[in-house]
Amino acid sequence: MFDQVENYVTADGRTIGPVVMEMKNITLRFGGVEAIKDISFDIREGEIRAIIGPNGAGKSSMLNVISGFYVPQEGEVWYKGARRALMKPFQVAQQGIARTFQNIALFEGMSVLDNVMTGRLTHMKTGLFAQSLWKGKAEKEEIENREVAEKIIDFLEIQAIRKTPVARLPYGLKKRVELARALAAEPSLLLLDEPMAGMNVEEKEDMSRFILDVNDEFGTTIALIEHDMGVVMDLSDRVVVMDYGRRIGDGTPDEVRNNQEVIDAYLGVAHD
Amino acid sequence: MFYREAGDFSSTYAQDQQTFPIKFDRWRYYAVLFIAIVIVPFVVNDYWVNSIFMPFLIYAIAAIGLNILVGYCGQVSLGTGGFMAVGAYACYKLMTAFPDVSMFVHVLLAGVITAGVGVLFGLPSLRIKGFYLAVATLAAQFFLVWLFNRFPWFYNYSASGQINAPERDTFGIIIVGPNTEAWAAYMFCLIFTIASAIVARNMTRGATGRKWMAIRDMDIAAEIIGVNPLKAKLTAFAVSSFFIGISGALFFAIYLGAVEVGEVFGIQKSFLVLFMIIIGGLGSIFGSFAGAAFLVILPVLLKIVGVDWLGWPTDIVAHLLFVIVGALIVIFLIAEPHGIAQLWRVAKEKLRLWPFPH
Repeated sequence: MFDQVENYVTADGRTIGPVVMEMKNITLRFGGVEAIKDISFDIREGEIRAIIGPNGAGKSSMLNVISGFYVPQEGEVWYKGARRALMKPFQVAQQGIARTFQNIALFEGMSVLDNVMTGRLTHMKTGLFAQSLWKGKAEKEEIENREVAEKIIDFLEIQAIRKTPVARLPYGLKKRVELARALAAEPSLLLLDEPMAGMNVEEKEDMSRFILDVNDEFGTTIALIEHDMGVVMDLSDRVVVMDYGRRIGDGTPDEVRNNQEVIDAYLGVAHD
Repeated sequence: MFYREAGDFSSTYAQDQQTFPIKFDRWRYYAVLFIAIVIVPFVVNDYWVNSIFMPFLIYAIAAIGLNILVGYCGQVSLGTGGFMAVGAYACYKLMTAFPDVSMFVHVLLAGVITAGVGVLFGLPSLRIKGFYLAVATLAAQFFLVWLFNRFPWFYNYSASGQINAPERDTFGIIIVGPNTEAWAAYMFCLIFTIASAIVARNMTRGATGRKWMAIRDMDIAAEIIGVNPLKAKLTAFAVSSFFIGISGALFFAIYLGAVEVGEVFGIQKSFLVLFMIIIGGLGSIFGSFAGAAFLVILPVLLKIVGVDWLGWPTDIVAHLLFVIVGALIVIFLIAEPHGIAQLWRVAKEKLRLWPFPH
């Protein structure tokens, strides 16, 4: 469709980089059910890429394929110009792909700060012995990473709840803390699974602002799943639409909006 | 009111991350250390060391070890007695094979050997969780006790099947055997307890501890942020068994002097240490101390009150102990799963505002 390596100018005049992740003919089956059928699409550096579709379209499964939870039966995942070998989720994370979950998956027994610090774990390399002594290498590394974590905490405006146990926080804040944890990893690709599910308008606006700011300030590539069409159309540079595991549309928000198949999928169509 | 933290600010991350960020706590910690190291050794007698201090210090190490596994990493283990036995037998084999090497080295090596055994029995944790893992570690408990009874090599072919600690000294001070002075045994255990607590605290407040707690709280999310579950769980088993091995070695060599494995390191030992961390507080180093202190002092206290003051028969008091501990376990599990440590935390929060909570 587009040149793989060249920059690409989106409809609203933003320039996004070359392809960073490419899914080639992915098919994922659960027993007899085909959750994803032969889907290909790419994610370009620095863009906000939305995956939309009705319930059960296979969006979350797609995200799970990217983050290594599911292994597709067919197809290839290309990341940063190389075909990705079979990997465990933690290896995918170490490659710089972070994600949030549809149902919040925070560590309830830990404080907000500790949760955000867990996002730094892929960057912390001190051995067990140095850590048992603390003074010296371990403390230095801890402080360096704490500085990064604090930067994210500042950015997402959660300073006041730093030391609060996560279990005590309201839903909207938990979502934000989860985003903070993912961001703390300084990912090159950030996957957001319904970041605005269950939020009120104000919280959605806050979250949209954070997503745009993250993309803008850190240049993070973001792939997100979202149901709120208004939000999706405003935020994203390109949208891929799924229905019943198939790809039925791919392009800029405007192209997708006017795609007859997409309209049919969302509004329903008379079968005769 | 009593508990002062106003005006205590951290201006660097290093200050904020220290174990006792509040000055009051810090000084209290130094005071406790001072009393334990400088004052207690000069005033203790045999009775105090043998009935209170030594079991407390040794069980505290075991509780710290188990707490790392159960409280921090969320892997339930009922094999503590078996792992303590590994520590004891490793220490015994080492001290009889190399009589000239310092006891410090033997005890540490016993810990290392137990860590290896712990990793081996931790392997099932990669596949099974919770209740089923507990049963798997129970197998470790019975297997290890059987092993040490079955093969005479472990107890150097002694006729009684027991292991007896021969006399050993460190820096010219006798610390093992019947001629040991009370204060020497106390100091030897104290050094290991303090070191264990500091090491455990350092690990649990840093990256390793966060990996363990992430696995405990939600293993799927832990994996997605880059924690290798295999490595995290096995390091937890290794570190935990290391401490438990040390405590087993001390329990045999310094405290008892002679051990019959089935009697001393049976399943009841596993439960005792598990009760300590449940009552003391899961996921808290302080809780390990509190639980160990509670379960060591309670029987002594009951004996003094029941037998010596009220003149009750010994067996009634012994049974009363079971009733009280059992009831406490139930109460804590229902009302306060985070144990004494959490009660203490709540008390501090209350005291902060007392007497004007509004």
